Amino acid sequence: MGQQLSGHFRIAIVGSGPAGLSAAAHAATLGLSHVLLEKTAHLSDTIFKYQKGKHVMATPAALVLRAGGGLAFAAGKREGILATWQTMIAAAGVNVRLNAEVTAITGTGDPIPGSIQKIVTRKRDGSSDVRELQRLAPPYRLKLADGSEVTADAVVFAIGLQGNPNRMACPGGDGPQVQYQLDDPAAYNDEHIFVIGGGDAGIENALGLAADAAQGNIVTIINRSAEFSTAKDANVKALMAARDAGRISIMTEASTRAIEPGWITLDGRDGEVRARCDRVIARMGAAPPRGFVEACGVEFASNDRLAYPKLSAMFESTAPGIFVVGALAGYPLIKHCMNQGHDVVEFINGNTALKPADEPILEAKFAGLPGRRSVSDWLEYLRSRVSILNGMSALQMREFMLDSEARAYAAGAVIFERSAPGSSLFGIADGDVLVEVDPTNAAITVPLGQGTIFGEVGLISGRRRGATIRAGSDCILVEISRSAALRLMAAVAAAEREVTRITTQRSLQQIFKSGLTPDDLAGVIASARVETIRAGQTIITEGESGDDIFIIRSGSMVVEKAIAGKPVFLNYVPAGSFVGEMAVIDGGPRSATVRAAVKSDVIRLAGTQFRDLLAAKPDLLARLRAEMASRSQLNSFIEAKKDSFGGVVEMYTGVANFLVDNGLGEATDVLLIDEKLCVGCDNCEKACADSHDGLSRLDREAGRTYAHLHVPTSCRHCEHPHCMADCPPNAIHRGPTGEVTIDDSCIGCGNCQRNCPYGVIRMDKVPPKKPWLISWLLFGQGPGPGEPDRKWAYKQSPKGVEVPKKAIKCDMCSGQSGGPACVRACPTGAAIRVSPEQFLSVALLNRDAD
Amino acid sequence: MAARASGKAIARAPRDTAHEGFLTHKRSRWLKVALVISALAIAIYALTDPAPRPGGGTVVGYLLGTIGALLILWLSLIGLRKRIITRGPYSLKAWTSAHVWLGLSLIVIATLHTGFQLGWNVHSLAYVLMMIVILSGLYGVFAYARLPEQLSANRNEATQPQMLEAIRALDAQLDTAAQPLGKEEADLVRLSLEGCTIGGSLWQRLTGRYPDCGNGRALTAVQAIVTAQRHSGKADPRLTQILFLLERKAAALAQARRHIGIKTRLELWLYIHVPATFALIAALAAHILTVFLYW
Repeated sequence: MGQQLSGHFRIAIVGSGPAGLSAAAHAATLGLSHVLLEKTAHLSDTIFKYQKGKHVMATPAALVLRAGGGLAFAAGKREGILATWQTMIAAAGVNVRLNAEVTAITGTGDPIPGSIQKIVTRKRDGSSDVRELQRLAPPYRLKLADGSEVTADAVVFAIGLQGNPNRMACPGGDGPQVQYQLDDPAAYNDEHIFVIGGGDAGIENALGLAADAAQGNIVTIINRSAEFSTAKDANVKALMAARDAGRISIMTEASTRAIEPGWITLDGRDGEVRARCDRVIARMGAAPPRGFVEACGVEFASNDRLAYPKLSAMFESTAPGIFVVGALAGYPLIKHCMNQGHDVVEFINGNTALKPADEPILEAKFAGLPGRRSVSDWLEYLRSRVSILNGMSALQMREFMLDSEARAYAAGAVIFERSAPGSSLFGIADGDVLVEVDPTNAAITVPLGQGTIFGEVGLISGRRRGATIRAGSDCILVEISRSAALRLMAAVAAAEREVTRITTQRSLQQIFKSGLTPDDLAGVIASARVETIRAGQTIITEGESGDDIFIIRSGSMVVEKAIAGKPVFLNYVPAGSFVGEMAVIDGGPRSATVRAAVKSDVIRLAGTQFRDLLAAKPDLLARLRAEMASRSQLNSFIEAKKDSFGGVVEMYTGVANFLVDNGLGEATDVLLIDEKLCVGCDNCEKACADSHDGLSRLDREAGRTYAHLHVPTSCRHCEHPHCMADCPPNAIHRGPTGEVTIDDSCIGCGNCQRNCPYGVIRMDKVPPKKPWLISWLLFGQGPGPGEPDRKWAYKQSPKGVEVPKKAIKCDMCSGQSGGPACVRACPTGAAIRVSPEQFLSVALLNRDAD
Repeated sequence: MAARASGKAIARAPRDTAHEGFLTHKRSRWLKVALVISALAIAIYALTDPAPRPGGGTVVGYLLGTIGALLILWLSLIGLRKRIITRGPYSLKAWTSAHVWLGLSLIVIATLHTGFQLGWNVHSLAYVLMMIVILSGLYGVFAYARLPEQLSANRNEATQPQMLEAIRALDAQLDTAAQPLGKEEADLVRLSLEGCTIGGSLWQRLTGRYPDCGNGRALTAVQAIVTAQRHSGKADPRLTQILFLLERKAAALAQARRHIGIKTRLELWLYIHVPATFALIAALAAHILTVFLYW
C-alpha cells in the first residue's frame, strides 16, 4: 500500500468532509507528509448521511473552485459526488486513516509563555466553571479513540458542526448492545429493542424497526418528557398510530438506569422497570464539537452559541499550528470548504501571499467606491473607521464583507425611506447622514457622523424603517445584513454593547419624541436593562405595585384585564411601543396584565429615573397623559360592555388569544379564512399555484380554526423569520414590500422547512409547464387549473434530467400588480390578508356588524 | 448575491382587506346597481304604451332584449374569470357579487322583454332555461350562505385527507385485531373492511343515509354478540376491542360522510347551473336568429 498510518506527519487533517478532503488531496499533490483522520468508517460522513439520491447544489455560483489534488465538485446526486471523491482521493494518493476518532490534541513542545487558555463551562444551574490551560508549542500529539497516537507539526480541524452523538451515561451504556445509529432497520429480527430518545431520529428508527411485523421485533421507545415536543408532527402521529396498532410500546417520562446483557432497567413514572432487551439504539441528539475544540487550545470569539473560533487571516487559531477550516470556521457551503482546504495547506506550506478565492467577489463589492484601494486596504479602512467593527480580525472582516455591502452615496441621496422594510444595519465609514425626524417636514433633520451606525431599529425589531435617512455629505457606508450583524454581535462583545446602547437611546427618542437629547436620557439609559421574555411570560401583573416602564424592542405583547375573574383581551402591543407608563404617572397599582405574545426583548427602565425625566420635561408628560387617556378609554369601554355584551367580550378575547397563539404576534402579514364564507372551492390554492410555477404555497384546509376563523398553513412573514436563521447560501430575504422570499440560490437543504414553526415551507420540484388553459377547457388537455398532480408532472417531465427540490414558500405575490392571488381569486370574500395591527378590527369588529 | 432591499418605501399592491362577504361587497354596491336597473326597466315598461302590445318587437323590447342578452353572455364569463389567474388587479369576489345581483335583475329585464307572452316555442324555451339557471343560482347563493358554517363545524380542524387517513388507519388496526378471531367473527370484520364505501352514491351523499354500510352492519352484529356474552358472563376481550374500533370507525365515517355530503351540496347545483347556461346560450342564439330570419 505504501501508506503510513502512524508516526509523525507534517500535517494531520482531522475530518474528511469537503474541507478535509480538499486539504488532504492538496497536501498529497504537493507531496507533503500528511494523514487524514476520519472518525467513521467512510469518508465525508455528513454528505454520506444525506438521504439517498439527494441533489447536492454548488453555490455560490460566482465563486471559483480551488480544490487541491484535482478534486472536482459540481452539483449532482449524493452518490455521484461521493463516488467521484472516492476515486479522486485514491488517485491523488491521499493517506487516509478511517475509524480514527481524535480524542485529544496536546502540544509536545515547551509551554508557550503567556499563552493560557481560559475555558468556561456553563452548568445547567447557571453557574460556571473556569479552567485554565497552558498551551504547549507544536508538534502536536493526537490521541485516538483506539489508544494509538500520531504526531504532527500542524493540525487542520475540518470537523464541521455535526458533533458527536450524546452517549448513554448509565452503567452498561458502553456495552456492545448499545448503538448510536441505525443503518438498516431490516437487519434485525426477533429482538427486544429499546430506542432511547423521542426526537425525529428516534421515532423514525423505532418506526423502521417495527414496520414489518414479520421481523418479529418488540420495539419500545423511551422519551424523557411526557410529550414528543421536539419531533415533527407527522412523525408523532405515525408513532401514535403504530402504538394504537400494537406495533410499538411507548414509555414517556422515563430514563435508563442500567443496561446489562439481555436486560434494561428503566426509571419510569411508576418506579423502576426491568425488561428484556437485546439492543439499545440511543438517539439523544448530538453535542456540538465546541468543548473538544476548546480543550485543544482553540479559543472562541465569545460565549455565544453562534460564536466561531478566533482565527487569523490564514485560518490559524489561537493555538499556533492548529488551523480551523470549513463549517466550524463559519463557512457552511461545500465550495467555501473545499477552497479553504486548499488554501490552508498552501499557507502551511509557506505560500502566505496566496489570495483567497473570494478575492474577486470582494473586489467587485469595492469596485464602485471612490479612491483606488486594494481589498485588504478597504477592509482595514472600514474596520478602523466604523466603531462597531473595530474589534474584528482581518479574517472576520473578510467573511463579514461577503455578507455586507459597501456603498458610496452622493450628498442628498436617500439611503432608505420611512416605512421601507429592511433589517440591515448601516455603519458610516466616511461623511455624515441626516435623519428626517419629522415625517411632515423633511427639513427637520438630526445629523449622524462618521463612525456611528443607523438602521438598528429595523435590525432589532424587524419592523419597517422609522425615518427617512439621506446623505448629508458625500459618504461611504457599509450595509450589514441582519445575519452578518448578529454574527458580528456574537463575535465582538463591544459591538453588542454599542448596538444595545444606541438602540435604547434611539428608541427612547423615537417613542417619546418631544425633542429629547442624549443628555436628557443619560439617567434613564443608565438604568435600562435589556431582558428577554419567554412567550407567555408576564412582565406586568394587574393589581401589583411597580413603576418600571418597558419598551418592547422585538416581539410583541398582549394586554389583559381581569373582569369577573376572567382575563379579557384589551390590546396588542407591537415592537417599538412601550407599556407601564400609567403607574408612573398616576402612581397607582398596575391596571392591567401584560404578557409576551411571542419571545420578546424588552428594555426595562427604572420608574424613579423616568419620573425625574418627566419632571424635567413637561411636554413629555403631556404626551404620555394623552396616550394614557386613550388607553383608559378602551379600558372603560370594555368594562362598560362586559355586562351587556358578556358574550361579545368573551368572543373578542377568545379570538384574539387564538390568533396570538397562532403566530400573529410575530407576523407582518397573514392569510385568514372566514369559514362562514369559505365554500371549500380551493380557488385560493389554484390561484397560488397558477401564479407561481405551478406549486401552491398554501394549504387551505390545514391549520387551526377558532369560532369559524381559520388560519391556514401559509406564511406569516414573521418580523424575525425563523426560516432565515440558518440558510447556508443566505437565500432568504425580506423583499421591498415586506415579503419574506427565497431566491434561486436555494440549495434545497431543508433547514428553513425544519426551522419554520408554522410548517409553511415545502420542499418540491417545479413541475413542467401546463398547456394553455383554453385547450384544457375545450379539449381537456393537461391537468387544468391549480397544481398538477404528481402523476401528470412525472409523465411530462423530461426523462433523465435531475430537477432538484427547492424550498417553496409564499412570496406575498410580490411583483404582481393585483396583490396576493389567494385573496383576488376568492369568490366569496372568505380569504383576507391582514397585518397584526389590523387583525383585531378586521377579524372581529366587522364581523360583529354582520 | 441576491438583490437587497432597495431602501425605497414601495407601497404594497392595493388589496381588499375589507371583511365583507360577496353579497355585501363594497357596501352592497351591486345590489344597488341591480335595483336601479330593475327599477328603470319597470319604469320604462310602465311609462310606454307600445302598439299593438308590449313584447320583444317594440323599441323597449329590443332595448331590454339587447341588455338581457349581453348580460347573459357577460354573466357566463365568470367561469373563465375564475380559472384564468392574471397578475393584474381584479377581485373574483366583486365578480361574484355582480354575477349574483345582476343575474337576479335579469328576472325583471327578461320578463319585461317577453311582455308576458309565453308559448311553446324556442323563444319561451330560452326564457325557461334562463329561469332554471337563475333559480339554480339562487339555490347556490342559499347554499353558500348556510353550508360553509356547517362544513367548518363538522371539519373540526381535520382536513379531508386526514379524515380518509383516519379511516384507513382504523381499517389497518381492525385488520390486525381480527387476526386471532374465528372465521365467523372475522367475516364480520371483513364486512366492515370490504363492504364499506365512504362517499357512496349521489343519493347517499345527499341524504346522509347509508343503510347498507358494512361497518354499520358489522357494528350491530358485534354489538349483539358482545352484549350476549356480557349477559352470560365475561365478554371476549378481543371482540370488545373490535367493537371499540368499529365504533371509532363509525364516528370517523360519519364525519367524513357529512363532510362529503356538504361539499356535494355546495357543488351539486353547479351541475344544473352550468349546463343549463350552455343550453340557454344555444337557445338564446336560436331565439335571436329566428327573430331576425323570420321577421
